[in-house]
Amino acid sequence: MTMKLPIYLDYSATCPVDPRVAATMASLLTMEGNFGNPASRSHLFGWKAEEAVEEARRNVAELVNADPREIVWTSGATESDNLAIKGAAHFYQGRGKHIITSKIEHKAVLDTCRQLEREGFEVTYLNPREDGIVYPEQVEEALREDTILVSLMHVNNEIGVVNDIAAIGELCRSRKVIFHVDAAQSAGKLPIDLAELKVDLMSFSAHKVYGPKGIGALYVRRKPRVRIEAQIHGGGHERGMRSGTLPTHQIVGMGEAFRIAKEEMAAESERLLGLRDRFWGQIKDMEEVHINGSVEQRVPGNLNVSFAFVEGESLIMSLRDLAISSGSACTSASLEPSYVLRALGVNDELAHSSLRFSFGRFTSEQDVDTAAAEVRKAVEKLRELSPLWDMYKDGIDLNTIEWAAH
Amino acid sequence: MAYSDKVIDHYEHPRNVGRLDDKADNVGTGMVGAPACGDVMRLQIQVNDNGVIEDAKFKTYGCGSAIASSSLLTEWVKGKTIDEAEQIKNTAIAEELALPPVKIHCSVLAEDAIKAAVKNIREKRGQDAGEAAEEKAAG
Repeated sequence: MTMKLPIYLDYSATCPVDPRVAATMASLLTMEGNFGNPASRSHLFGWKAEEAVEEARRNVAELVNADPREIVWTSGATESDNLAIKGAAHFYQGRGKHIITSKIEHKAVLDTCRQLEREGFEVTYLNPREDGIVYPEQVEEALREDTILVSLMHVNNEIGVVNDIAAIGELCRSRKVIFHVDAAQSAGKLPIDLAELKVDLMSFSAHKVYGPKGIGALYVRRKPRVRIEAQIHGGGHERGMRSGTLPTHQIVGMGEAFRIAKEEMAAESERLLGLRDRFWGQIKDMEEVHINGSVEQRVPGNLNVSFAFVEGESLIMSLRDLAISSGSACTSASLEPSYVLRALGVNDELAHSSLRFSFGRFTSEQDVDTAAAEVRKAVEKLRELSPLWDMYKDGIDLNTIEWAAH
Repeated sequence: MAYSDKVIDHYEHPRNVGRLDDKADNVGTGMVGAPACGDVMRLQIQVNDNGVIEDAKFKTYGCGSAIASSSLLTEWVKGKTIDEAEQIKNTAIAEELALPPVKIHCSVLAEDAIKAAVKNIREKRGQDAGEAAEEKAAG
């Protein structure tokens, strides 16, 4: 059997739509399909569309054990983060103007917090520990009388580490602080039980769970009731929290994707963990190869590895048959390595040399074996080309050299 | 990002990879860049008594454009005098490799590397590089 190249190992960036999801979505588009506007109250087309939307809402709610009435459709996790953070901050600003988040949040959270700072809010950006985790005691230390909101991710998109949102939730609830969790990278990968968790707002994305791009959801707790101010105004859809005609096919796609995730998550996690271990087993004996972030507290499909003394972008160039992400943002004008890895205390050269492999539903053992062999070959080739590798082999400590930064 | 064919060719078949004895009297070494910035180039030239570069070797830690820039540079400097080599401009490298604007710094680094290597051999030979530069600036 010939392999399909390049091999896709970037499931944390996005997933292909599951064929079962695509088939369902296709049935909602044309004249023959269920194309109606779910807001149309006067005819069958509208009623049928509304029914499909509500079934999808149930599917999404069921994956995270929430009430369907707590699910608000959005255009994706970025919008959910904006709606949650700005919405809660604006609603509760009478109580205080302090917000807590972390330095390794997704830009959708960080940039939203920056905007609130411009509006007069004060934001504390927690630094995760070396393992990439933000610990409950760090949150506790940062809480103040005027803190109204804590926003932390469940799983980090670059390093895949898992925060203890149960403990942080208890803490926030006891202090009457709203707790928002970005679950874009954890939904469908880790069990989430919102009946148990003291989480008030949670962001979801469809395309990280084999659903379509352009659709997401925000969980807004009903008991105790959490209020947010709408950011998009219009026809009063989604109980006034998010106006705009509901994209039925996108919503139903997300619903089907989340339904499948609930059914298959346990078996899939086990399989992905097996693939990750298989991959790591084939590269871990190389010299100076390090996993970034906690190995134990991590989603199954993610591996973020630094290959010392080779540069990430050239490594990716060598790995043309693999679709992966680099921790180095060297293509941008800034030459800054990943802000996530830096916040972990990973030094700049290791951050530049890091790659994120993310495995998913359609990754095979053969894919993983080919990828590991390619990585070994590329790293060995680039180390032969690297003056830093020479120096390391000569026993020179690179930290003792005064480099001329440029 | 899309690389030009020339960058890919140099990247896949880098010329003159290796190291020369940096203690030797006829070898000049230029090491520029910093690991934290994502690129380090080491360029070495072997210079005969007439000031002609007989051999050149490089090793580079950096992106494909940085590797290609230094590989190309070793090809260009061989057979040139150190005075001529010093005159190589980053713009010529960038043009030859069709580097996009975000990769111009790779060619700048290559220019810095040859200048540093020439300076090193001059220092070894007791020619005051500073003096030569001053003369040039004054002239």
